[in-house]
Amino acid sequence: MLDIKNLHAGIDGKEILKGLTLRVGMGEVHAIMGPNGSGKSTLANVLAGRPKYNATSGTVTYLGKDLLALPAEERAREGVFLAMQYPVEIPGVNNIYFLKAALNSVRKHQGLEELDAMEFLQLAREKMKLVEMDETFMNRSVNEGFSGGEKKRNEIFQMAVLDPKLAILDETDSGLDIDALRIVAEGVNALRSEQHSVLVITHYQRLLRYLVPDFVHVLADGRIVKSGGKELAEELEQKGYEWIEDEVLAAR
Amino acid sequence: MSSVLVPDIRQACVEPRHIDGEPERVRRIRAQAAERFQALGWPTTRLEEWKYTSLVPLAAIDWKTDERQPEGQDPALPFGDRPVAELTFVNGRLHTNRSALANEHPGIRILPIREAMETESFGQHFARYADYERHALTALNTALWQDGAYVEIAPGTAVEGFIHLLYVGDGNAGHPVMSHHRNLIVAGRGCQITVIESFSGKGTYFTNTVTEIVAGDGAVVDHYKFENESIEAFHIGTVQVHQERSSNVTSRTIATGGGLVRNEINVALTGEGATLSMEGLFVLSGRQHVDNHTLIDHVAPHCDSLELFKGILDGNARGIFDGRIIVEPDAVKTSSRQTNRNLLLSETAVVDSKPSLEIHNDDVKCNHGSTIGQLDEEALFYLRARGIGEEEARNLLVYAFASETVERMKIDVVRENAGRALFSRMPRLKAEGRGQKAEGGLR
Repeated sequence: MLDIKNLHAGIDGKEILKGLTLRVGMGEVHAIMGPNGSGKSTLANVLAGRPKYNATSGTVTYLGKDLLALPAEERAREGVFLAMQYPVEIPGVNNIYFLKAALNSVRKHQGLEELDAMEFLQLAREKMKLVEMDETFMNRSVNEGFSGGEKKRNEIFQMAVLDPKLAILDETDSGLDIDALRIVAEGVNALRSEQHSVLVITHYQRLLRYLVPDFVHVLADGRIVKSGGKELAEELEQKGYEWIEDEVLAAR
Repeated sequence: MSSVLVPDIRQACVEPRHIDGEPERVRRIRAQAAERFQALGWPTTRLEEWKYTSLVPLAAIDWKTDERQPEGQDPALPFGDRPVAELTFVNGRLHTNRSALANEHPGIRILPIREAMETESFGQHFARYADYERHALTALNTALWQDGAYVEIAPGTAVEGFIHLLYVGDGNAGHPVMSHHRNLIVAGRGCQITVIESFSGKGTYFTNTVTEIVAGDGAVVDHYKFENESIEAFHIGTVQVHQERSSNVTSRTIATGGGLVRNEINVALTGEGATLSMEGLFVLSGRQHVDNHTLIDHVAPHCDSLELFKGILDGNARGIFDGRIIVEPDAVKTSSRQTNRNLLLSETAVVDSKPSLEIHNDDVKCNHGSTIGQLDEEALFYLRARGIGEEEARNLLVYAFASETVERMKIDVVRENAGRALFSRMPRLKAEGRGQKAEGGLR
């Protein structure tokens, strides 16, 4: 599904990813962990096509396409979804109107019929239950006045509605209490299937108790320095990141 | 030297107009106003109040009024048959075919102003508020006004629906044509009324309009102005509001048209406990120049005013917000807030923002502020990252910026009309499928 080869990328000419290689197969859930400043969010933003984040070398192939050549909206329409670390507030843009427009541009691109208002509402209500969101949220402006947890739940709600093939969660768990964490994990688990892949970027192991990954990778200084199964996450939680950094230094 | 005696509007010299049966007081006022216009001359940018707007192109043209009776042409009526009453003026003259008065409704009296000059309220209020002593264009209007609307609402009358005044400019008169409309709206004690003024037209012409509004004790008055003049037109508009005790006035101005435009809104809060909500939105592109000039004068204690003006500018457009709030010595317990926010969509658009507060007592709660910015890049990325194309995402954000003003409009048909007007004029909102989106966005 996703094949990243020797990716070098950064922001404002500063190189942050320094030769990252990662393969995510169809139906797999991968967790990327790492200390602050290791390049986790840069990876998420490069994959989603955020302006100013540029790849200088390497390739990213997504379902056979050169992902880096596509503008952000094309990536979304091809089924890539980024749950943002800091969801932005957009006063004046109605949540439900925004999401309907988004879903229909995705569906149109994929050759599916656009949903009318009634069909969309039905779908939205169903997905709202999944993230335990109150319907009143839908008629408010996008993220405006939402608490931190509500913003993250809104990201998961959008993900559930858009039904992406590759979901990237950029520190969706940070700052969440245990209930919100459970809701987020359930939202992602509901998406899991043989056709859906998930890339969970996180600093902590907490979320991975509810959302058990198939693979765990450690990102340090812009490279994947260690990969393993779900037990690697627990090891990291107990021992911290220092031992990895020591290992990496020792190997140089 | 003799040229001074020959009427020539370019030299600020005009012959006062007279209408058959005009009362002596009106004749006298017109003559005084013509004298004042000549003494003041056309405003220049040396005056603080006109520092951002040069009227040189306007004053260079030998404007004449159109003396033909409007006929044949049928101006489009934006609100269909929804208004309770409607008056249509073409080049300053009443278009009788397209005007419906609602005088069968008890408590409502609507007349062309030239037929209302003998009424008691006219004598009591006409030209008492709009200052022709100091404002040259108001003086010009007062000397030359051709017709307009007279609206009188009896005390305690709640008018359901709204009254619509439509002004059409027609630049094909065979000479440069100017129109001077004069309106007087007298809302009696405890009454409720909504008046909408719309301006549109084609070609080059000059509209100079003055509307005086008196909100009596406890009256609720909503005033909307849709300025959608032809892109080659000159528009000078003054709305002068006089608020009495506990009156509640809402003023909404949406400016999307005109080449050179001055929107002047002046409100005096003269009775205790009066409230004012004033909002404006100007959406400009090309080489449009729109100067919004507002004055809120807190004369009496315990009055609230809330002012919000928003500008959206693209191309080489120039927009101005020059808003002044004065809190007089007796106006204790005043609460006043003034905000101007501007969105620049191009690097060549210019906006001047000049909010100002003048406070003459220390028992008030006032603040003001202004911002000038571009579209939020983070928000743009957020929308795109969900699959919405860049063009559509920009449109959504521009509309979102404007929407609060539109969505607070209380009457459905008015709100929808405002949404459509915005979408048709918004520079980046011309792609297909716009109408639908406008309606979607409005819900």
